[in-house]
Parts: sequence; C-alpha cells; structure tokens
Amino acid sequence: MSKSIVLYLHVHQPYRIRHYTVFDSGVSHDYFDSHQDSQGNNQRILEKVAEKSYLPTNARLLQLLKDNPEFKLSLSLSGVVIEQMERWSPKALKSFQELVATGRVEIVGETYHHSLAFFYSREEFEIQVEMHRQKIQEVFGQTPTAFRNTELAYNNELAQWADSTGYKTILTEGWDPVLEWRSPNYVYQPTNTGQIRLLMKNYRLSDDIAFRFGDRDWKEWPLTADKFAHWMSEDKDATNFNLFMDYETFGEHQWEDSGVFDFLEHLPREWLKTPGNTFMNVSEAAESFEPVGEVDIPHIITWADTERDLSAWIGNAMQRSSIEALYELRQRIIDTGDWALIEDWRRLQTSDHFYYMCTKWFNDGDIHAYFSPYNTPYEAYINFMNVFRDLEYRLAEKGATV
Amino acid sequence: MLGWELPPHNSGGMGVACYQLCKELSKKDVDIEFVLPYEADHEIDFMQITAAHPQGVAAVLPSGGVYDSQRYILPDGSEQHLTLHDQQRLYERNVMRMAESKEIDIVHAHDWLTFRAALRVKELKGCPLILHVHSVESDRCGSPHGNPLVKEVEGLSMQLADQIIAVSEHTKMCIVRDYGIPADKITVVHNSINPGELELEQSENAYRYITLMKQLGYKVVVNVGRLTIQKGLPNLLRAMKDVVAQEPRSLLLIVGNGEQYRELVELSAELGIGPNVLFADFQRGKRWRDAFAVGDLFVMPSISEPFGLTPLEAIGYGTPSLISKQSGVSEVLHSCLRVDFWDINEMANQITGALRNNALRQELISNASQEYKQLSWGAASDKIARLYKAHTQGAPA
Repeated sequence: MSKSIVLYLHVHQPYRIRHYTVFDSGVSHDYFDSHQDSQGNNQRILEKVAEKSYLPTNARLLQLLKDNPEFKLSLSLSGVVIEQMERWSPKALKSFQELVATGRVEIVGETYHHSLAFFYSREEFEIQVEMHRQKIQEVFGQTPTAFRNTELAYNNELAQWADSTGYKTILTEGWDPVLEWRSPNYVYQPTNTGQIRLLMKNYRLSDDIAFRFGDRDWKEWPLTADKFAHWMSEDKDATNFNLFMDYETFGEHQWEDSGVFDFLEHLPREWLKTPGNTFMNVSEAAESFEPVGEVDIPHIITWADTERDLSAWIGNAMQRSSIEALYELRQRIIDTGDWALIEDWRRLQTSDHFYYMCTKWFNDGDIHAYFSPYNTPYEAYINFMNVFRDLEYRLAEKGATV
Repeated sequence: MLGWELPPHNSGGMGVACYQLCKELSKKDVDIEFVLPYEADHEIDFMQITAAHPQGVAAVLPSGGVYDSQRYILPDGSEQHLTLHDQQRLYERNVMRMAESKEIDIVHAHDWLTFRAALRVKELKGCPLILHVHSVESDRCGSPHGNPLVKEVEGLSMQLADQIIAVSEHTKMCIVRDYGIPADKITVVHNSINPGELELEQSENAYRYITLMKQLGYKVVVNVGRLTIQKGLPNLLRAMKDVVAQEPRSLLLIVGNGEQYRELVELSAELGIGPNVLFADFQRGKRWRDAFAVGDLFVMPSISEPFGLTPLEAIGYGTPSLISKQSGVSEVLHSCLRVDFWDINEMANQITGALRNNALRQELISNASQEYKQLSWGAASDKIARLYKAHTQGAPA
C-alpha cells in the first residue's frame, strides 16, 4: 500500500500597524505605512522575508519538482501577502506562480485577510473567503477545493459550512485530546458532513522541522532527511503524513545556516527510495484514502501553543475587548460603501494584531516575542485601540451614527 | 538647597514646587544654590544650579522605583547597577564633599532622597536643617507599611531636623502619625500656582479624536499624573465602568506613565470599557496643557495626596475637578467635588452627575476660578523666608 507525505506550507505576512498614538487618531489614517527605517515597516519586512525565505525556498522547490516527478505539495497564501508581494516583490510572487505552473502544486483556500471572522460574523467570513477565491483564480488560475481556516482554527460547524459550500477537503490540527487513541496519519470525516474529508496535522513530525530543527539542545539534533524518513517508515499502516507548517519555516524561522534547505532538498530523495512511498497534494490524499473514522470537534481547536485553542488570540481581556469592538463596527463600516475604509477595517481583522496582545509568556512566550513588532502586548493593544478610534472618527465624519 | 529634580526634567509636582519657591525666594534676597543629582540645561537665572556629580538626567530618573536597579555604563566604560538607594548615597557623598568649601547659612532639603545628604551638611557645618516634605512613604505606597529603608531615612532625619515644612495639613498629620514628630516642629506651607504664568493654547487641540467626539455629544473625564499606586487610578477605572453604563458617550483620557501602566491598560479591557479609555502616555508642553483643556471634568482619585497641583492647573484651562478627600489641595480649593478614594459608587455617581449637568460644571468652574485667581507662590515663599530668618538669627553672618 502506498504512503504519502502531504506537505502543506502556509504563506502569510500581515499589514503591521505603525506606531500610532492618541494624537494620530482623527488626524492620519495611514495605519500601515510606518517609516521606511522602522522595524515594523511592511515593505522592509516583506523584502527581507522574500530574500531570506520565499526566493531561496521556491528555487529549491522548483528544482525538486523538476527532479522528482512524484514530488508534490500544497500551499496557501493569504490575500494580504499576495498583495504585498505584488507591490514590493513581484519576483517572489512570480516564483510562486512558477511552482503552481508545474501542475503539481495545489493552492488551499482561506480568508483573504487571514482573519478569525468565522467566529464573529459569518457574512463577513464568507465575503473574505470569496475575495480570496477570486484572488487565487486571478493570480494562479486555480479554484481551491480544499479549505484551511486562519490558524487552522476549526470546529464541526466550520467543517459543515465547508462541506455545504462544496469544499472536498479541510485541514486542522491533529490534537491528541481530539484524536484520543487515533493517529493523525489517516484521512477522517468530520461529524455530520457528506463529501468533505479532514486532514489533521501530524504536529510531532511537523514541529520537528518547524520548531525544533535548529535547536542544538534537542536530543535528535541534527535532524537529517534519512532519519526523518526512517521515523515515518516505522508507522507501517499509515497512509498520509500531514506535514503542515508555516512556509517561513524555511529560511526565516529556521535560518539557512541551520541546514534547513539541505534537509528540504534531501527529503524527497530519501523518502522516495522506498517503493510505494510518494507525495500527494491535500485534495489528492483526501480522495485517495477512505476515511477511517469520524472526528467530532464541537469546540474550537487551532494549531497554536500548548493549549491548541484560540487563547493566543482571544485569551485575555485586551484581545477580546479589541476584537469584539472591531466586529461591532461591521454594519456601520459596510454601510458607508467607502472601500478604503472597509479595506482598512478588514486589514485590522488579521489575526496577527491580536496575537501581539497575548500575555501568555510561560510555555509559548518565546515564540510570541519572536513574531511581535511591539515591546509589550500592552503597547500592541493601545496602538490597536488608537487605530480603532480613528475608524470610529472616520465613521463619525461621514455622519454614520456612532 | 538640596533637591532631586527641576523642570523641565521633573517627573512630578515636586520639581515644579521647588522651581516656583526658589524663584519667589530669590526676589526676597535669598541666595540659593540648588544641588541636583544630575547635569542638565535649565533656563534659570535666579539661582545657581549645581550638579552633585557628572551624570545625565537619563541616569537618575529611570531609577525611579525603590525596588529596581538600572544598568549604567560609566564614563570610563565600566558597567554598574545602581538602585535608587545607591543614587541617594552617591548624592550624599558628593554633597558632603562640596559642602566643605562653602559658606552655608541654612540647608533646605526636599524629600527623603536628599535627607541623608542634608544631615551630613548639618553635621559638617552646624547650620540649621529644614526638611521640606512633599510626600511621605505612606503616601507613595498607598498603605501605612512602605519600604522600611525609606521610612528609616524619613524618621531619623525628621527627628534631627530643626524645622519641617509640610505641603499640607494632610501631610503634617501623616508626619505626626507615622513618625511621632511634635506637631509644633512642623509648619504647613501649601503649594500654589501663579495664575499669571498660565500658557493658554490658541491652536487647535492636540486631541483631535476627542474634540470631534465632544461635538457628537461625548463627555470627557481627564486624569493627568504618574500611574502609581498612590494615585488610586484603578478605582477611577471601576467608577468609569458604571459611568459608561449610565452614559455610554463618556471617555476617560489618562495622561502619564508609571509602574501601574500595564495593570491599568489590562483593567480597562477587563472592565469592558477599552474603547472608552485613552492612554496618552507621559506628555509635556502643548499636549500636556491640551489634556486639561479637552476635559469636561478633571478627576484626581488619589489614595493619599500630600498636595496635588493638577486640579489647580485644570482650573486654569477651564475644567472643574473631582478630587479625593485624601488630598492636600482640598485645603486650598473649595469649589470642587469631593469623594473618598475608596467609594467607587459615589465616585461614579458624582462623575455621571457632573457630566450630565452643564450648569453644575459651570458653577464649579466659575467659583473655582475666583479661588484660583487669589493663589500665588508669593505667599508661600513669604512663610519660608520667615522661617529662614527665625532659624538664622544669631548665626554668624
């Protein structure tokens, strides 16, 4: 029986908010245009990530696709990262298009603005999914048949929505309390759905690459492609190894000098040495293997932190207060018909803004601090609320009822 | 005169009080040498300003907390961790060395950080010692306990001093209560304000968002000050929750920083009034003045406030005040609302009442303005000059 690696990489960069004070509210509306020299400048960051991660990784992926006819992978790109590449690194975007042009790279659907809208406004969520679908068609000529929600945030309701919307595959975390005795290395079916199949991330194997790869204190360091392939071969009955991770693992989270690119280059060859081993896209895996069981997830799970819930985004009062305030503006913002205002409001929904406000510093603090442009979560909150008030100001200026 | 700060490098009201008093005293033929723990430029010509030792302001002010230490890189390249206590002893040593070659009639020291140095000068020169108490440890930590190291300095110095000046009756009472100092050794000299020096802003208010919201019927509560335990701001936030429930179109502007900053930010979110509370950080100049001007009501909810100048400043910008009964300024300002710092319900009640009632606010501010016009630092400096005279009579010229 064949065994597949299902490699899925997620590409995303938010529009970070510039340092924005009480004195900017009502005065300037350029929330995302920080000074060119500042740490949080979006253009600078995008160019840096393109240089360190997107371009070198895509060059290697393209070579792997050419050298190994069986090599396949899946990608998701948020609408906001595609836009930023269009503006500041067309070269990087082109390198993604070249991958997709091989016909062996599947693009997974998601929300355009990388938001948590599903849990706050179904209408808004559907608009953002549609915006993303159109953007993917325009840029890559594909129509996604697989869906991933922001941060792999998932519950039965989301699966039922995706099923009824026509998606064939949906992705989430392979979290032990949900799977119980079962393994993530199979295809499952979500509760109360028809056609849709569920692929769950093998977080041990995925995190070996995404988080532990460069850690010299890890007992498995250094991780080599043959060792990794050997681990997978030890699971005799598995059908699919779901390696899901942030694309920026390659070259950004794990720097080039960690050897992560060499690992990527060698993995297909080591894996394909054993007859029957192959690679599949997410949709192909979902179609190829019969679901071995049903997975019931009434509460929300995500791929983040030791809790695997939404607490990294809405765990504290600052996060809840700001995200709720933002979604409460929805009707009034939409009613203005002002696209610039609506788009600013949507960019503020990007989950990263709330992640920066996280105060859980214990098990996951280091990873949070790595991603945040702010010194403290309190500054992130204050900055965000000052922008929020400017949205209110703009609404008021337009005579919308406050 | 020994002090820890002067404008523009002040963190609070003490620096302003020192500046104004010295300015008035200099008009009364008092020669003042003011010794600071740092070097900086001051546009001051009425007295001599001396740095006790060569370090910038940045080296002193960050060591504000008595439980923190700061890493300094010294001029010779070496590194050192200094706490506020180390700063205090450094100051003491250098002041003592400087005093040896000087003629001193009287030593006048402001607050505990300079008291050890002042004792040294008294010991060395035999001159009378006047301690000026702007706050005591129980004020600053919001409870009777406080830091025993600080209390030791305060207690011993006050016992050895020839004269103590308290900025209010409230403070005098605290000194008697906390340190058992005889009341007749303590003279109250209230802080004040010079209405003539008020800088009024002609240009558009810097708080543009708040200005627009006011046009839409919003009312604004303002607090300006350090965000420390002493200032009682968590109670104001809790009261604001009730105010917002009654009057959703209410905003609270908090201008300042301090160790309670994060706690207050989080509390505002927890109370569900995040969008109504604006944190503007520490400000000077126009943004500082505009904060008073943009308010409909200034609230100073301090747990224990030796004086508290900000409600008087608010009057200058046309904003009436609600102050806690536990503040010294209520001894000189009568036209204001008063509440116990712990009475959150009553605080919410009075804030809501004031925000809803234009006539009440009008009446408060017009009466307060009358009181305000009578104030000046001149009277305060007269009292101090008399004390100087009493303590130097018979001393060698």
